Amino acid sequence: MELTFSPTEFAKSKVLAVQEYSLLAWQSIANIFRHPRYIADTLQQADIIGFGSLPIVLAACFFTGAALALNSAASLSRFGAINVIGQLVSVGIVRELGPVLAGLVVAGRNSSGMASELGSMIVTEQIDAMRALGTDPTKKLVTPRVISTVIMLFFLTILGDFMGLLGGGAVASGLLGLDYNAYWSSAWQTLVFSDVFMGLTKPLVFGFIVATIGCYFGLSAKGGTQGVGRATTEAVVAAMILIIVIDVFVTRFLMLVLHSY
Amino acid sequence: MPSSTQPLENAGTILDSPQDAIVFEDVRLSFESNLVLDGVSFSLARGETKAIFGVSGTGKSTILKLAMGLLKPDSGRIFVLGSEVTAMKEEELFALRRKLGMVFQESALFDSLTVEENVAFRLMEEHVPYEEIHQRVLEVLRFVELEHTVNLFPSELSGGMRRRVAIARAIITQPEVLLYDSPTGGLDPVTSTTIVELLVKQRDVYKTSALLVTHRLQDAFIMATHAFNSAANKMEPLPPGMHRNLHTNFIVLKDAKIIFRGNAAELVHSDNEYIREYLSQ
Repeated sequence: MELTFSPTEFAKSKVLAVQEYSLLAWQSIANIFRHPRYIADTLQQADIIGFGSLPIVLAACFFTGAALALNSAASLSRFGAINVIGQLVSVGIVRELGPVLAGLVVAGRNSSGMASELGSMIVTEQIDAMRALGTDPTKKLVTPRVISTVIMLFFLTILGDFMGLLGGGAVASGLLGLDYNAYWSSAWQTLVFSDVFMGLTKPLVFGFIVATIGCYFGLSAKGGTQGVGRATTEAVVAAMILIIVIDVFVTRFLMLVLHSY
Repeated sequence: MPSSTQPLENAGTILDSPQDAIVFEDVRLSFESNLVLDGVSFSLARGETKAIFGVSGTGKSTILKLAMGLLKPDSGRIFVLGSEVTAMKEEELFALRRKLGMVFQESALFDSLTVEENVAFRLMEEHVPYEEIHQRVLEVLRFVELEHTVNLFPSELSGGMRRRVAIARAIITQPEVLLYDSPTGGLDPVTSTTIVELLVKQRDVYKTSALLVTHRLQDAFIMATHAFNSAANKMEPLPPGMHRNLHTNFIVLKDAKIIFRGNAAELVHSDNEYIREYLSQ
């Protein structure tokens, strides 16, 4: 078998993939303003994505909050500043770790689910059958997933933030012997508008990435069950990497906009 | 349309007319370097059934997907029910597709939906009241003799049953044109005959235009020699010596081109070597 690598073809395929992804992402938004709207499908997806991911998001955030408190305590005690642990945990969780962790957990669970579900539908011609029946798959399958992921990730992040603070509080009072009320008081009072705004803007972006990447890789699946497996893996990897990379840019952008250096 | 046993290269433009359900004009399509259709032209009259033969990879299924607008040709024009699908946007195609029905090779039933939800898919999209949907689903499932499967999932059905459910899904809105992609492929002879009987019933009872892609010559010949007897509710062969136009014709594809078009008698008496070999297998 002849193996040849053409940099031009490789570059073209990547540009084409970006173009197709951008079109799908654009359509998923534009469909919100077009008929028909699939409310029942959106609610069903919200249940699968939101409630299905709830336990693991809560657990991940709780233990990350606890670990953050433990690690911070070691450094803060050197400077005799262990009392500010509540501030450190709350800013870290609300601005950064809560949204990113919730995004990564939902990406791992739902990008793969969307890619495998839509990929299976592609390889078994169910998507073609849907088009042949006069239904637009981007309206019926993609837009409900995008809307529900964006909305549910927003609320999952709020709950995740709370659990992260709870985890930090458990360590602060249980292991470090700090006053529980003082921890909560300092954690609460240190938060300002820009922290909360930044922490709640990110899940909207991450939710959009998770859903559109999952749907894009699913709808691009080729080559039978092996292709579906490949699409699933690629979707999870791409969604996670994008969340981590985009997080830097969103953070920088919001810092500039909110003047919160 | 004249029959021919010679390769019909550049067979000329066939103008769309109100009598035609589907018209292909000099259609070419390649997948990367693989030429799938090369200057394919034919028309399907209203009420006609056209069986498309050819070995695997000759572009038979591709013709159906092109007609449905699921694929776009590299060049050439395709008209369906008077609309030029090659010039339509995807959004416009959805409205046209609602007048067509397609049965896919592997049925392509939605595996997370029940038989009733699969068959009723288009009606649910049109927000038809549930009572009416249920009644029409039962009616069409009775037509394919699968009324008892209404609450089952596709995974609980046999291959033949899935194919019949796919036919039910395609015909529930009584489309003007039906596209069958190997509806008997991979099925045993008895089940195949049941499926062919359904196609004959649809043709003779509802006078639907149809493109039928098949590997099985016998299925198409049964369609060309049998008619549906509504009184007896079964398919019957035409009596010997009786000549009745069953509006069933044939196309043979070879190397991305049409090499034959005509009726059953013309196909059987073709002197084309390839066709004679194809028929003898």
